[in-house]
Amino acid sequence: MTSTTAPEDAYAGSWTGAVRGFLARSLPLEHLLPVRQPYYIGSWVYMFGAITIAALVWVFLSGAVLAFFGPQWWHVSGIGHFLNSVHFWSVQMFFVFMVLHLWGQYFAAGWRDGRAPTWMIGVVIFLVSIVTAFTGYLSQQNFDAQWIAVNAKDAINATGAGAFFDVLNFGQMYGLHIMLFPVLVITLVAVHVVQVRMRGIVKPIERRAE
Amino acid sequence: MSSIAQRQEEYYRGVRMVRYDLIKELAIAMAGLLVVIVALAAFLSSPDEPSLTVQGWSQAAAVDFVTTATNELAGASDSAQYGPPYNNGDGAVQSLGPLAPQQWAGVHVAVDPPNDFVLQPLKFASVGNPQLTAALAEYNGAGQVQQARWLKAYTDALGNANEQDGNVVVAAGDYGPLPVMMSNLLAVAHSGGLDGHLLNSGRFYQTDFTKPLLFMGDGSHLGDLAQAQHLTGDLWGMMNETGQYPGQTWLWLYTMWYQLPAFQDGGWFAANADLVVVLIMLILTLILALVPFIPGLRDIPRIVPIYRLIWRDHYRRTGSERPARRVAPTRA
Repeated sequence: MTSTTAPEDAYAGSWTGAVRGFLARSLPLEHLLPVRQPYYIGSWVYMFGAITIAALVWVFLSGAVLAFFGPQWWHVSGIGHFLNSVHFWSVQMFFVFMVLHLWGQYFAAGWRDGRAPTWMIGVVIFLVSIVTAFTGYLSQQNFDAQWIAVNAKDAINATGAGAFFDVLNFGQMYGLHIMLFPVLVITLVAVHVVQVRMRGIVKPIERRAE
Repeated sequence: MSSIAQRQEEYYRGVRMVRYDLIKELAIAMAGLLVVIVALAAFLSSPDEPSLTVQGWSQAAAVDFVTTATNELAGASDSAQYGPPYNNGDGAVQSLGPLAPQQWAGVHVAVDPPNDFVLQPLKFASVGNPQLTAALAEYNGAGQVQQARWLKAYTDALGNANEQDGNVVVAAGDYGPLPVMMSNLLAVAHSGGLDGHLLNSGRFYQTDFTKPLLFMGDGSHLGDLAQAQHLTGDLWGMMNETGQYPGQTWLWLYTMWYQLPAFQDGGWFAANADLVVVLIMLILTLILALVPFIPGLRDIPRIVPIYRLIWRDHYRRTGSERPARRVAPTRA
């Protein structure tokens, strides 16, 4: 049987080996999926992030079913309307806990000890989530969608963005809502979680960084 | 140079570690949340107020429909005078000193309200309709001065118009071919045909509702329905949903600026309110993202004793509730 281990120089010049080495040095599995954490993680504030991700999972799954059956299905189907309600309340929960997570991390000064990029990606996630939800409201194909589109166009147009982001164009908003923005949110959340796992949990405020 | 993984181990050195199951925590969070979400969905449902069609608008408010269509034909509507990205007007163009992104972006979603909303649909409807064909020929053959005279007289008369049996009746006057044109446009709208005409781009599949939404937005009926549903701007606008449902409550800060006198009619920023509000929000967002680097803002957490609640057990164990004099500097 061939050994799976190889001397370090076997990877010299290998791009794959370089990426593998970087991952091994940056995020070993015991850090990505740790079974032990600092004792101070036993605080309610750490639950907000986990619940936000849990809500995102339900947002994604309910949205996937709605997208599968098409944008008009939920208006004519009882099950469809129920799934839309699940999607609607999942989104509300997602934002409630994301905002709690944001405030929790602010008052914990969660950016300390080299964690500023984690905070900044979190703010970007918040922004992209708002735009994603906004395109969702525009994709509802009901009175809310019409009124929001007619009103929102002026602010979008005033910035010049209306030239390529037409809130009155259902096809464009729907496409962005079910494909591009979900991919963006999920990718950014994955990056955010990886950042947290790479750096570990920040210490209580009175401790100084090493 | 130590790797990131090594730095984490150094960071945790001397810290007591306890068993913790992240996946189990996420699974429990998902299960608990699902119960809450399903209960909310089952008992509270979600809003779905039917969309307004041009047909519904023309049937419910014929005078408003005809008045709006006449304004479109006269080039006097909000959409006709809007400016980029729809046309070359300047009615809704905003700028702040030399900052004029709306003008810089230019016209990319071309909309020509007189033709798109009135003349083209009437041209379709005139097939097999000699009276309308003659009216269109008369209108198109008249000079701009004559057209403007008819349009002004008809617009004035519509101010006192009545609706009788689905038709709009105005006092007798010299309106040229306009009564025939508008009664035909109203009939097409009543039948539902105008909803289709406004989407017509010469291609089979349609997903762009820019034209019918702009047309309906120029009228009063859409706004009246929104007012009844507490959705207008002075009621915190699009943050709300129809019914009693929470809307995009996360837009509260954005919507709040519009409630201030400076951003309302007669206020300092009234003419460019949208651009100013967006710029304010961009600056605030940038500040939020850069909190870790901004003295004062990054120090508030150690001044406000919420951290004591967050790590209550830790302080109980260590007997220390007093933070270090300053938050450790950020290594970004």
